[in-house]
Amino acid sequence: MPVFTLHINNKEQQVNVAADTPLLWVLRDHLGLVGTKFGCGIAECGACTVLLDGKAIRTCVYPVSKIKATQKITTIEGLSENGNHPLQLAWDEVDVPQCGYCQAGQIMTAAALLINNPKPTDEEILDTMHDNICRCGAYHRIREAVKLASTKM
Amino acid sequence: MTTSYKASRRNFLKKVSLSGGGLIVGFNWFTAAAEKPVVITNMSIAGELGFNSYLSIAVDGTITIFSPNPELGQNIMTSFPMIVAEELDADWTKVKVMQAALDTKKYDRQLTGGSGAIPHSWKRLRVAGATARYLLIAAAANRWNVTAAECNTNNGQVIHTATGKKLGYGELAAEAATIAVPADVPLKNRKDFTIIGTAVKNVENKKIITGKGLFGLDFYREGMVFAMIQRPPAFGTKIQTVDDAAAKASPGIIDVVRFKNNVAVVGTSTWEIMKARKLLKVTYEKDGNIESTEDHDTIFATLLNSDKAVVRRKDGDVEAAFKTAAKIITSEYQCPFIPHNPLEPMNFFADVRTDGVELIGPTQTPGSARQAVSKLLNIPEDKITVDITRLGGGFGRRLKFDYVLEAAELSSIIKKPVKLIWIREDDMMGGSYRPAVRYRFQAALDAQGNLIGYKLRGVGMNQNNSTREDNFPSGAVDNLLIESVEHISPITTGAWRAPVTNFLGFAEQSFIDEVAMAAGKDPIQFRLELLEKAKTKPVGAIKYSIDRMEAVIKMAAEKSEWGKKPGVAQGFSIYFSHASYVAQVCEVEMEGKFPKVKKIIAVSDCGEVVNISGAKQQVMGGIVDGFGTAMFGKLSFKNGAPEQKNFDEYRLIRMKEIPEIEPYFVNNGIDPTGLGEPALPPTGGAVANALFKATGTRLRNQPFIDDATIGKQLRGY
Ligand code: FES
Ligand code: FES
Repeated sequence: MPVFTLHINNKEQQVNVAADTPLLWVLRDHLGLVGTKFGCGIAECGACTVLLDGKAIRTCVYPVSKIKATQKITTIEGLSENGNHPLQLAWDEVDVPQCGYCQAGQIMTAAALLINNPKPTDEEILDTMHDNICRCGAYHRIREAVKLASTKM
Repeated sequence: MTTSYKASRRNFLKKVSLSGGGLIVGFNWFTAAAEKPVVITNMSIAGELGFNSYLSIAVDGTITIFSPNPELGQNIMTSFPMIVAEELDADWTKVKVMQAALDTKKYDRQLTGGSGAIPHSWKRLRVAGATARYLLIAAAANRWNVTAAECNTNNGQVIHTATGKKLGYGELAAEAATIAVPADVPLKNRKDFTIIGTAVKNVENKKIITGKGLFGLDFYREGMVFAMIQRPPAFGTKIQTVDDAAAKASPGIIDVVRFKNNVAVVGTSTWEIMKARKLLKVTYEKDGNIESTEDHDTIFATLLNSDKAVVRRKDGDVEAAFKTAAKIITSEYQCPFIPHNPLEPMNFFADVRTDGVELIGPTQTPGSARQAVSKLLNIPEDKITVDITRLGGGFGRRLKFDYVLEAAELSSIIKKPVKLIWIREDDMMGGSYRPAVRYRFQAALDAQGNLIGYKLRGVGMNQNNSTREDNFPSGAVDNLLIESVEHISPITTGAWRAPVTNFLGFAEQSFIDEVAMAAGKDPIQFRLELLEKAKTKPVGAIKYSIDRMEAVIKMAAEKSEWGKKPGVAQGFSIYFSHASYVAQVCEVEMEGKFPKVKKIIAVSDCGEVVNISGAKQQVMGGIVDGFGTAMFGKLSFKNGAPEQKNFDEYRLIRMKEIPEIEPYFVNNGIDPTGLGEPALPPTGGAVANALFKATGTRLRNQPFIDDATIGKQLRGY
């Protein structure tokens, strides 16, 4: 099996997996980064979202071989040092999580939005967050928390 | 306020006893018997006492609530400790919540989740906190040589009222542990509550938002293997042949085993088994009835006219009332099958060894799961431990433990610790659905528009009773007949958030509006008149509180400014389920030809609200679920196989589709009755009633977007 060098959360890691292994399972099974979740496996729910060079990708369908050693991956575990990214703080302040399963994916999707557009309009927040499913229906608070975080970026 | 994850009772007791000389009170919150709390003095025997929850006060004043809190998003891991802390008069910032492993025998109660958990536990959680507080006061009174009556508590301290002297709980903990537990402790007057009723954030927020591995699927252990199971793709079929050669030869595959109707692929990583599974060649043959959605339509139509209906309630003389009626209204309502779709698919870890069985994962029914595994593997229950992880949603699905049994059986066959993973397709095709149902309602009105007769017949599947005979308007109608007929389907069914009422609520509350309309009356006024009738001239047993129902109706009318908003079509609904009352007003506005559901105002009477932030979340989540399901939810079948297999084919509600929600609560101080379910049943009716007002189209079938007349507009084109 080929060896892949990945730059994850400011750390270089090497994994020895089949080339078509989705990044999701590399993170979870091989690197112990379980914050990135499996929800659908077909890029429909967003639970598996991480940042690749600041852009949101769905790791359940993103083969590890597509990632270059120079690209930077950020997962929920690496979003901030102490859980103090404005989005994480807003998520707690607004008391967003219900079961919590979708929330890492929601936060990473929002993080990509704010990197590229620190002051999104309500419309832009909706357009982006619409792609992530929250089965518990915490949408009102997710929306509110993204808005709140955007005022603190 | 901090939490720490999962510790066995022994570790917990070791930890707190190491911190030296604190007070430990043992209690039980989810056993059938309400035993009195006990002070634990001898650590070595603590395990034998069989308590599943402990409250400890360390000498440094840290309060630890150690309890198994199965958490699926209904927030009990936060609200339960709040109740203990309230009676204890604790400083909430010093309270730690520890998630306990379920290493005790004492969990005979099924953990039904949000709606059932709070009413069951309210009193015993309060008594546990109050007992510790009593002991701390007694210790302080001894120290000061005064009577307990002269002392009070506040924010983690005992205070001598006259002198203002203070002692922290930590300083008193050791002495408190030597005092006898009283037979009866007084509980607080609710007007003195300082924690209950406030907004307290989820104690696990920090872990959730930093990606800690809390869920079943996040559980990994050195040496464990991974497995997926290929099950029959259609209900009513069984395995005919299995060709597993290619799968077995696939990289990372340890074994392919067949048991019952399952072909399990076992390997060293998730992706490897996912790939190998696709190489399986399994053929299936007929093994019972094979049903398609069209068959259900025929079955419903036939059974609605069957003479085998079970009479659930009969008041007065219905046939006579319908004969004399000035007007008869007849309507049929239907809903499809619905999968639960919790975002974390089913999964479980099992390690079946000769010396015992270890089960770890997301379940709402650890006790029953253990019992069933014991029976299946013929291993005594006391050799089986079940450890509950956080649950990535439940909605009723995890009340069933089929996946626990699969994991245990597989581990016993391959003799290895194994994590069984269902992929989304397994989850959506795996059964235990909310069954499809059809209702026929008939109402008889006299010349003055009074409701003199009411009939409801439900045709359900596999659940024994698709109706609820004592629901409103039962008790308010002189002549009433409620019946149900059952079809036994090979498609497996189960409880789905607010079982039965999740659809019955929509049908009943829509039909009541149809009747009000036919009687020429305002829908709210019509309901209030019926309640007045139930109050003054009750018919048969009345199993709902007329006063509580009236109160939420009136408050919803007021909060929504009912009938006073020009350009806004309002629809009303009120429902009593799972011991709580929720009234909703839905507001629809036309944007060109598109009816837009703008807002839902909800007034809930769930008794005492423990955590206002959590309570609002439950109401909003329940409404979003009820609304999304009514609009979009549909699982159809072709030759026994579900036609929707993943989120590309099964439509779940997303952010742009949610209406604004305004949640209100009636503050009446009645013991809490839970809120995980009751906000959902009224939603479909409020929405359908508002859409009728806006468009003139009466929606009687879910999902609404399939409606022949306004389905397209509801889809947005
Ligand atoms: S798991 Fe990747 S989008 Fe759903
Ligand atoms: S919080 Fe449960 S899926 Fe979003």
